Amino acid sequence: MLRFVATFLACLTLALPISAQQADAPIQQLLQSQSDLIIESSRRTIGPAIDALANSGMPEAQVVLDKWQTREMWVNKETGLFVYAEEVDRDTLRIFDFADGSEIAEVPDDGFDQLKPNSGIRGLIGTALVQFQLSDPNPDTRQRALDAIERGAEESHLAALRASLPKEPDALILARKQRLERLLTIAYGATDAERIEAIQSFGGDLGVDVRAALNPLLAVRVEAAEALPADADIGRVLEPGSAALSRDDAYALLVAANLAKPRISVEEQRNALIANIADGQVAGIQVATLNSQEARDMAYAALAEQGTVTAVATEAEVDQRLSNHVFFERYVGAPPEVVFAAQAALNAIENKVAINQMFDLSLDALSLASIYFLAAIGLAITFGVMGVINMAHGEFIMMGAYTGYVVQLFIPDYTLSILVAIPLAFAVTFGAGVAMERLVIRWLYHRPLETLLATFGISIALQQIAKNIFGTQARPLTAPGWLDGSLVINDIVSISYIRIAIFVLALLFLALFLFVMNRTRLGLEVRAVTQNPRMAASMGINPDKIKMLTFGFGSGIAGIAGVAIGLYAKVTSEMGSDYIVQSFMTVVVGGVGNIWGTLLGATMVGFLQKGIEWFNPSNTLAAQTYMILFIILFIQFRPKGIIALKGRAAEA
Amino acid sequence: MSDVAIGQRRQPFALRFPSVMIFLAILALFTVGVTILSEGFGIGVISTSFIKTLGKTLCLCLVALAMDLVWGYCGILSLGHMAFFGLGGYAIGMWLMYARTEIIVLESLAAAELPPTPEEVSNGIATQIFGVVGSSEFPPIWAFAHSLPLQFAAVVIVPGLLALVFGWLAFRSRVTGVYLSILTQAMTLALSLHLFQNDSGLRGNNGLSGLQNLPGLDDVPQATVSLWFFWASALALGLGYVLCAWIVSGKFGSVIRAIRDDEARVRFLGYPVEAFKLVIFTLTAVIAGIAGALYYPQAGIINPAEIAPIASIYLAVWVAIGGRGRLYGAVIGAAFVSLVSTWFTGGQAPDINLGFYTISWVDWWTVLLGLSFVCVTLYAPKGIGGLIDLITDRKSPNRHGASLGPDQGSLREQEAEK
Amino acid sequence: MSMKFLSTTAAAALLVSTLPAFAQDVSCPIKVGVLHSLSGTMAISETTLKDTMEMLVDIQNEKGGLLGCQLEAVVVDPASDWPLFAEKARELLTVQNVDVIFGSWTSVSRKSALPVLEELNGLMFYPVQYEGEESSKNVFYTGAAPNQQAIPATDYFLEELGVEKFALLGTDYVYPRTTNNILEAYLKDKGIAEEDIFVNYTPFGHSDWSKIVADVVALGADGKKVGVISTINGDANIGFYKELAAAGISADDIPVVAFSVGEEELSGLDTTNLVGHLAAWNYFQSADTPANEEWVAAWKARMGDDRVTNDPMEAHYIGFNMWVNAATAAGTTDVDAVRNAMYGQEFPNLTGGTAVMLPNHHLTKPVLIGEIQADGQFDIISQTDPVPGDAWTDFLPESAVLKSDWKDLGCGMYNTATSTCVQIKSNY
Repeated sequence: MLRFVATFLACLTLALPISAQQADAPIQQLLQSQSDLIIESSRRTIGPAIDALANSGMPEAQVVLDKWQTREMWVNKETGLFVYAEEVDRDTLRIFDFADGSEIAEVPDDGFDQLKPNSGIRGLIGTALVQFQLSDPNPDTRQRALDAIERGAEESHLAALRASLPKEPDALILARKQRLERLLTIAYGATDAERIEAIQSFGGDLGVDVRAALNPLLAVRVEAAEALPADADIGRVLEPGSAALSRDDAYALLVAANLAKPRISVEEQRNALIANIADGQVAGIQVATLNSQEARDMAYAALAEQGTVTAVATEAEVDQRLSNHVFFERYVGAPPEVVFAAQAALNAIENKVAINQMFDLSLDALSLASIYFLAAIGLAITFGVMGVINMAHGEFIMMGAYTGYVVQLFIPDYTLSILVAIPLAFAVTFGAGVAMERLVIRWLYHRPLETLLATFGISIALQQIAKNIFGTQARPLTAPGWLDGSLVINDIVSISYIRIAIFVLALLFLALFLFVMNRTRLGLEVRAVTQNPRMAASMGINPDKIKMLTFGFGSGIAGIAGVAIGLYAKVTSEMGSDYIVQSFMTVVVGGVGNIWGTLLGATMVGFLQKGIEWFNPSNTLAAQTYMILFIILFIQFRPKGIIALKGRAAEA
Repeated sequence: MSDVAIGQRRQPFALRFPSVMIFLAILALFTVGVTILSEGFGIGVISTSFIKTLGKTLCLCLVALAMDLVWGYCGILSLGHMAFFGLGGYAIGMWLMYARTEIIVLESLAAAELPPTPEEVSNGIATQIFGVVGSSEFPPIWAFAHSLPLQFAAVVIVPGLLALVFGWLAFRSRVTGVYLSILTQAMTLALSLHLFQNDSGLRGNNGLSGLQNLPGLDDVPQATVSLWFFWASALALGLGYVLCAWIVSGKFGSVIRAIRDDEARVRFLGYPVEAFKLVIFTLTAVIAGIAGALYYPQAGIINPAEIAPIASIYLAVWVAIGGRGRLYGAVIGAAFVSLVSTWFTGGQAPDINLGFYTISWVDWWTVLLGLSFVCVTLYAPKGIGGLIDLITDRKSPNRHGASLGPDQGSLREQEAEK
Repeated sequence: MSMKFLSTTAAAALLVSTLPAFAQDVSCPIKVGVLHSLSGTMAISETTLKDTMEMLVDIQNEKGGLLGCQLEAVVVDPASDWPLFAEKARELLTVQNVDVIFGSWTSVSRKSALPVLEELNGLMFYPVQYEGEESSKNVFYTGAAPNQQAIPATDYFLEELGVEKFALLGTDYVYPRTTNNILEAYLKDKGIAEEDIFVNYTPFGHSDWSKIVADVVALGADGKKVGVISTINGDANIGFYKELAAAGISADDIPVVAFSVGEEELSGLDTTNLVGHLAAWNYFQSADTPANEEWVAAWKARMGDDRVTNDPMEAHYIGFNMWVNAATAAGTTDVDAVRNAMYGQEFPNLTGGTAVMLPNHHLTKPVLIGEIQADGQFDIISQTDPVPGDAWTDFLPESAVLKSDWKDLGCGMYNTATSTCVQIKSNY
């Protein structure tokens, strides 16, 4: 031991050891005996080391496992002794002895290696720790134990869990324990009756954990026999060539069970033929003629007749063999009674799952619709009301998002910064909109196609300017903490708070739009100017000013939408172009000049896209393609959109 | 109008529209000049890569001509013509890939001990072409890829058919103006999104590449091949120009210009407006497809990014900057903007040091381009072509009685009066 | 090719084979082409590599240049426009007469430049992890092949995390497609059933992730441990990770390993909710070696304190230094001489150990797995021994028979079953 002290003294310059480490303490010796495994730190091999610690019966073992799991265990490079430590600063550790929890010293971290158990090992440690933690006085520790059981349940947990139930003081944790106890009973219950009872207690429960417990019970093995056995554990009968069992698979099953002759792949056939080439001939057939599959089949058959290669099954034989056998599933997950109970429970759950999935999908669609609506509402004003094609609309969204980013650079508090960013984004894009209207758009009111081009020019210029200022890297726009996480209704239906916030924002905008257009003098004047500018002018309204303000208003709303979209997705110079085509389509599909149309358009586009995604979940791109195609067709048959303005307003 | 028109019709086409002859002469001179200066057949002043750039520019001029015909003359601001351009490229690219790969596969299979079966050849080709996207089977749309004539036909038929169907749907439901622009843009977006999918059968985002290597002509240096394509592009542009000029000079041309200026009035006069628009839309789509088929073997690769909506908007911008409603304007615009663009983004343009900030053209060129659209739209609606008017000191067209052929340009009345 | 050059060759018509090469050797400065997009969508990633190359060239010049010449970086901008890569590559090789090119990021840009490189016998170093299935005579692949990133990461999932059900999420383009194909074949090899592999492709820049994340969570319904292997590219990651964080998915429940997310991508994100999720690379900025400390310090001194280093930068670092050493060894920058001198070149990795250039134009590299930390860096939790890069994967039947050996066989696509060279040029 003196030697260790001397080593420390020699290599430590920062602090003197307060006490020496007990190298011969039983826990340290146990650790040393498992040292190789612990340092190798692989989930495949770590099992014995964890078991040794967990079953040692030493009270310190719990500390070791605990510190190891939280990455606080270090090993002295020189002596190989294990300690736990806290980091004083970047280069300094305060190390403690496992034997008695006493502080040893403050040392530089160069002499020590941190043990970094990966998530898999941490899970195993957690599983091993369960026995110590289930009755721990600290509720957080007990929760952790339950987490560990959820992640990696073992048969031994069931007894431990049951034992801890009567002593549980906390009602919430007790409920969680009881639920886990029933789940574990399904998997590890001693009697079938007990398991079936546990299964039935979950009637209609939507938890993923319940299905996770039930589904393994339904595991099947596909078997083949000449006649269907009468055993109780037989499930479905499968037809070869059906979706559940392909013809090739079925035959492979027969071959594997030695019930049929093997078949041969094209590759193997070719190799066999090549192996039997003699004098430019295979079984008397010229090699040069073997340039079709039929010729090769014939040559192979000829070889088989000669006995040089084994005969293989012909298609007819395959069919005959397949028709002579029945294929069926045999339950291997649990005894039949349990399986049937699980099946019944799952059937009951599945209907509810389907309904809830529909509901969740609708929520997603609603959320997507509100995002489209938010992106399009500014356009509904500039394009819908004023008839101005503003291709730079997407860039106004981008400007709003970057405004949010810049505000966050100056105001670190996320809540406050968002509160500042929203009006500021409105102000910035309002200003940009007014400037654009004054400088460019007002000269082009009678030339809509030219407006498209000019605003497109502005769009690419703004995009590139944003790139030059902020760089091409995406910038973070972080939501305040209270918007983190999601509203979880059950394990299937959930929606993130940020999406709810966007939905609320979309509703607010709708209300704002309706209020401004229908209840304010500005709205009245806007409607007057759009319907008949000359008449409006003769009534003392200044159409120029009104158009300027309307355009600014539409642009300002796009800016606020930018903040919201940046919070939920990303802030890049190209984010605007992601939304521009969709936004135009939303407005056009809904019907130009009507905010309810835009709302309907956004809803339709959102639901449609989610609906297509649901049919084809592996390819989101296809969903977007089909959605656009659908919209194109829709516009062919309803060119004026869902809500078409009638009468004079339509001509304006 | 009728008197003048009848009077003019007696003259030969070439004499009535000297600009066509001037254009063809310039094009011929340019082609001969480039050939003399080239590496392949001349003294090697112009590098092969620049020949390719010039050849590609000629193709872009051709598609700009088509755009001018459909937008400048017929008033349909199509944001879909680069999609047709791309389809033409894909059609020819399929044959180029197939044929080149077939040669490689046959060569490698010839060394095998058994003669290859047709399945082996086909699988070998498919694996080589689609291995990159993790597939080894031919999608159905490659059914004709083995045949050059069929794929040549596809260059014309595929864009033409798409334009016909789309145009028929859109025009019959009277979708016009900006709505039509947005709709064509949506079509382009849908097409590019579709092609972006690997399942589309055209190698997804990777597209078709290695198109500059002509099958069986591996020994011919690119310096020569690039000139072949340059000549072909020049020929196509010349023919395209004559065709477009001929179309806009006759009665057909008068009707489509009338449709542009007042569609409803033309319809009331009894003309089948939709049919006229459909013919122009389809014809220009075919021209775009041919231009694309010439362009992409020079570019070497085609992929869905080429037909993203922005490409079609750029096309409109070229025509606008060049001066729409006059055929040479479209050519000037496409050539000028694309070459200047190449120059600025190529890093050759000198940076401007303002002392506190250095303007690097790589960063600021797009800004300049964007702002120049705005200025052209606002202050020079006639575009660069308008300069020709200044030089020849000609007035803007007097819409009441004058010929409205390609020489005089053809702007909206209120613009011309400005 | 200049006129002067042409007339020289014409005059010395009998000596064409040796003279041009010699004439090229003595020309100072030695030009290093940099073919990275400085504008367009890929500028986000590639601009960093352009800066890296300029820094490497400057460092080398400070050391006295190469073969007695100063080096000069010739930077062009292919603007994320794939055909432009071919055009600019041709320009670099014929107009600028560069001796070597460092460039490309996406596979499609590499495939666009490939025919030109092969036609003109150029030399390019490609620094990004890619899907493999290629070995060109004229390209050295200094990024990871699938067996140097994807396969070890999947092994880590299988063995260390005990994942039994896989969600392969990717952006819809060639790298994720091919990588996922290889992984699917590999997982089936390892006994994972087909229905336990969920594949999804999303477009570039995808932002609406709620349904996909919900689908992944729902995979856990049959009681198997779910893991996500993400080949999601670029910006789309931001929305994906934001949604993961919002759904409260902890790395202990559903771990996510990403192949395209590095330090640079994380700088656009608040990573506090992502701690513990994984990435697999051959390099992390947090690697604790003296060489790396020096490299990071030099980078920060040049570019600013908030800049991070990443894996493709290290690939260029290794590639450039190997090229310098090979050219020194060959005594020329002639492409064929340098290429022959490249085989077996060794250079120390920034993460420790030594990278070796193999005859199949790939490197041996260690594979690192890092956990995301709250500060946007990675905590390296696993580092393998150096793995030799494999151009043709062993897990797809068509590729398993192929191998590449430019040194002895002189073929990048050699069929070992039939002992023939399928083709000398590459598939484009």
